[in-house]
Amino acid sequence: MLEGILIGLTTAFTGTNLFMVIGGCLIGTFIGMLPGLGPMSIIAIMIPVAISIGDPSAALILLAGVYYGAIFGGSTSSILINAPGVASTVATSFDGYPLARQGKAGKALTVAAIASFCGGTIGAILLMIFAPMLASVALLFHSAEYFALMVVGLSAIAAFAGTGQVGKALLMTFLGLIMATVGEGALFNAPRFTMGIMDLQSGFGFITLAMAMFALPEALYLVLDPARSNNEAGGEIKDLRITRDEAKQIAPVIGRQSIQGFLIGVLPGAGATIASFLGYAVERNIASKEDQEQFGKGSIKGLAAPEAANNAAATGSFVPLLTLGIPGSGTTAILLGALIALNVTPGPRLMIDEPEVFWAVIVSMYIGNLVLLFLNLPLIPYIAKVLAVPRTFLIPFILFFTLMGAYIGQNNATELLILVGFGICATILRFADYPLAPLLIGFILGQMLEDNFSRSMQLEGGIGFILERPMTMGLLAFAVLLVVLPTYRARIRAQGIADGD
Amino acid sequence: MKFTRRVLMTTAAAVMALSTPAFADGHQKVESIHFLIPGGAGGGWDGTARGTGQALTEAGLVGSASYENMSGGGGGKAIGYLIENAASQEGTLMVNSTPIVIRSLTGIFPYNFSDLTLVAGTIGDYAALVVPASSDISDMAGLLEAYKADQQGTAIGGGSVPGGMDHLVAAMVMKAAGEDPVGVNYIPYDAGGTAMAGLLSGEIKALSTGFSEAVALATAGEVRIIGVTAPDRVAAFADAPTMKEQGIDTEFVNWRGFFGAPGLSAEKTAQYQAALEAMYDTPEWETVRATNGWVNIHNSGDDFRTFLEGQEKEIGDLMRELGFL
Repeated sequence: MLEGILIGLTTAFTGTNLFMVIGGCLIGTFIGMLPGLGPMSIIAIMIPVAISIGDPSAALILLAGVYYGAIFGGSTSSILINAPGVASTVATSFDGYPLARQGKAGKALTVAAIASFCGGTIGAILLMIFAPMLASVALLFHSAEYFALMVVGLSAIAAFAGTGQVGKALLMTFLGLIMATVGEGALFNAPRFTMGIMDLQSGFGFITLAMAMFALPEALYLVLDPARSNNEAGGEIKDLRITRDEAKQIAPVIGRQSIQGFLIGVLPGAGATIASFLGYAVERNIASKEDQEQFGKGSIKGLAAPEAANNAAATGSFVPLLTLGIPGSGTTAILLGALIALNVTPGPRLMIDEPEVFWAVIVSMYIGNLVLLFLNLPLIPYIAKVLAVPRTFLIPFILFFTLMGAYIGQNNATELLILVGFGICATILRFADYPLAPLLIGFILGQMLEDNFSRSMQLEGGIGFILERPMTMGLLAFAVLLVVLPTYRARIRAQGIADGD
Repeated sequence: MKFTRRVLMTTAAAVMALSTPAFADGHQKVESIHFLIPGGAGGGWDGTARGTGQALTEAGLVGSASYENMSGGGGGKAIGYLIENAASQEGTLMVNSTPIVIRSLTGIFPYNFSDLTLVAGTIGDYAALVVPASSDISDMAGLLEAYKADQQGTAIGGGSVPGGMDHLVAAMVMKAAGEDPVGVNYIPYDAGGTAMAGLLSGEIKALSTGFSEAVALATAGEVRIIGVTAPDRVAAFADAPTMKEQGIDTEFVNWRGFFGAPGLSAEKTAQYQAALEAMYDTPEWETVRATNGWVNIHNSGDDFRTFLEGQEKEIGDLMRELGFL
C-alpha cells in the first residue's frame, strides 16, 4: 500500500495534475452553486474536455476535482437561499438555512466547509485502506436490504414530527410518497397518474420539486412579509468563525457521520442522499435534549452531520466504481463512461493493471479536499454577503435562480408551470404550519423504496422475504427504533419533570 | 443595366448552390444541421447526436451543427414537437433508437416512426446475456437447464421496465430456444450500475444487457458473455458466442438513427443521407465511433423502413404473446 501511495503521489504531484485538481475544484464549486446544475450535469459538461486531455490519470483527477467542487458548491445554495440543487444537500438546508436567517451564514458556511473537508478526507483514508474488502461486503446487500435501508432513511422524518406535529409530518410524507408514483414506474411499462400529460411521463423532476417546496415559498414569504427579510440580526453578517466550544460539539458528529456516510456510500444502491438523511436522523436521536430541540432551528450539529455524511458517501461511491466497475449513482455512472472512453476499465483488475490511475485518484482526493478548504474559507465572508443584499435585489435574484434551476436541466418550459403551481401550494401549506421537508424526503425515497420492494417481492415470490432475510429484519427493526426511541425518551423526561414538580 | 443587380444575385445564388458541395475540402454535403435530442444532456441519445455532429463538422461534410435537448415524456415530447412544427423543421434531424418502436406499440407515444421522415439508422449495439464470471453456468445450454429446473429461481435482470428492451431480448431468446417466454422471471433495475450489482450479489442469475457494456464488463473479468444476438461473432470481442451458433435462432439489434420532420423534401433527405453515408469513411468518425464503442450498422432510407417494419412486427408479436399489448 505504501508503494501505491508513492506511485499516487508522484503521479498527482506533477504540475499538470495539480493544475487539474485546482481547476476542477474551482469550476465545480462555482457551477455547483447554481441550483439547477448538480455534479452529474457539470461532469457531463466537462467530459469532452477531460477526454481531450488524453492521459487517464489527469482526466480522472480533473473530473474528481469537479465532482468534489460541485458537491461542495451545492451546499452553498442550500444554506444561503434554501434552494437545494442536489438531493444530497436537502438535509443541509434543514439547519443551514435557519442559521443563515439568524445572520450566521458565515458560520454555517464554515461549519459546512469543515464538515465536508473532514468527511471527504476520512472517506479517502477509508477508501485507501478498505476498498477491496468493502467491495465484497457491498454485494451482500440484495434488493430486500435496500428496501429496508430506504425505510430507515424515511425514519428521518421523525425529526420533523415535533410536538403535535406527528400527524402533519406523516401526512406530508405520504403525500411525498404518492407524488413519487407519478410517471412510468420502473416495474410497469405504462405511465401512471399522468392524466394524459406527456410532460409527467417521466415523473416530477427532483429539482423542480425541491425548488417548489423550499426556495419558492421562501421567496414568496419575503415578498408577503417585509419584516422577515430583515434578518433577525438586522442584515448584519456576524459570527464568521466557529468557537472552540462549537468545534468540540461538532467534532464527534463529524467523526461518526464520516464513517457512517462512507459505509452507506459504498453500497451501490444507496448513496449520498440516504447517507445525509440517515446522518441527520441518527445524530438527532443521540443528541441531548437541549441539542435535540435545536435541530431544524439552526443546530450546527444538524448541519455538520449531513455535510460530513454526504461527502464521505461521495468518496465511498468510488469503492464499487473502482473495484467492481459498478457505478453507485448517476454521477459515478457518467464517470464510468468517461473512464471507458479513456480506455480504462474499472474492475477488480484496475489496481493491478493500472495502479497509477487508482492511486492517483486517491491522492488527488486528499489534495482536492485541501484545495477546497483553503479556497473556500477565505471566500466565505464574500459569499455570505449575498444575504446582505437589499430585498429588492435579493428576491428577484432568488426567483431567477429558482426558475433557472428548474429549467436548465431539462430544457422543458412545462417544468416552470409545475414549479410555480407547486410553489404556491407549498406556500399555503407553510401558512398552515405543515412541514415541507417530509414531503421532499418521501418523494426522494419513494421511488427507490417502491422499486426495491417490488423487486424483492418478485425475486422471493412474496412478502416472506422480510422474515427470511435476517439483515432486512434487522434494518427494519433499527428503523422502528429510530422512530420510537425519541418519543419514548421524551415521555420519560416529561414524567421526570412532572415528578420533580 | 436595369437587371444587373438581379442577374448578379441569381448568378451568385446559382454559383453558390452549385459550388456548395465543392466547398470546404470539396465535399461539404449540407450547410448546417440542427440536432433535436429527445432526452437530457449526458444520455445515450445525447452522445449519439453530439458525436455524429462532431464527426460531420470536423470532416467538413456539414458546415455547422447545433444541438437542442428536449426531454419529456420519455422522448415523446420531441417527436410531437417535430410533427406539429414540421413546416419550420427542414433543417432538423432528430436522434432516436429502438424504444421508439416499443413505445409506439404500447401506445405511450401517440405517434409511430412512419409519421416521420426516415433518414438513416447509423449505429447499433447487439444485445447479450451475461452471467457472473464465478457462475457455474457457462453457456446458453446451462442457463436453459437451470431455467427448466426452476423458473422462479432463475431470475433474469435488465435495465429496462418489464416489456422494455432488455426484457424483450430475454423473452425472445427463451422463445427461440423453445421455452415458454411468459415464464421468464424478469427483474427490472434502473439503467446502469444497480443491475450489475444485482447480478454480482447473486439475486439474479443472468443479466440481459447491451453488447458493448457486456464487453466492458467481460474485459474487466467480472462477467462471462454466454450469448450475443448478432448474426456472426463480433470482431471486437470474438470470445463471445452468438445465440445462433448455440442453436437459438434469434437476432436483435438496438439501433440508433436519425429522423426528419414529416414531409421533408426528397432533395433535403437525400442530402442528409449523403452526408451520413460519406461520414463512415472519415477518420473523424472512426475516432468518435471507437471512443464510444459503437458498431456501424448503416440502414439508409428504404432499407431503414424495411428494417424498422421487421422489428416492429417481431417485437409486436412477442409483446402480444407476453400480454403487454
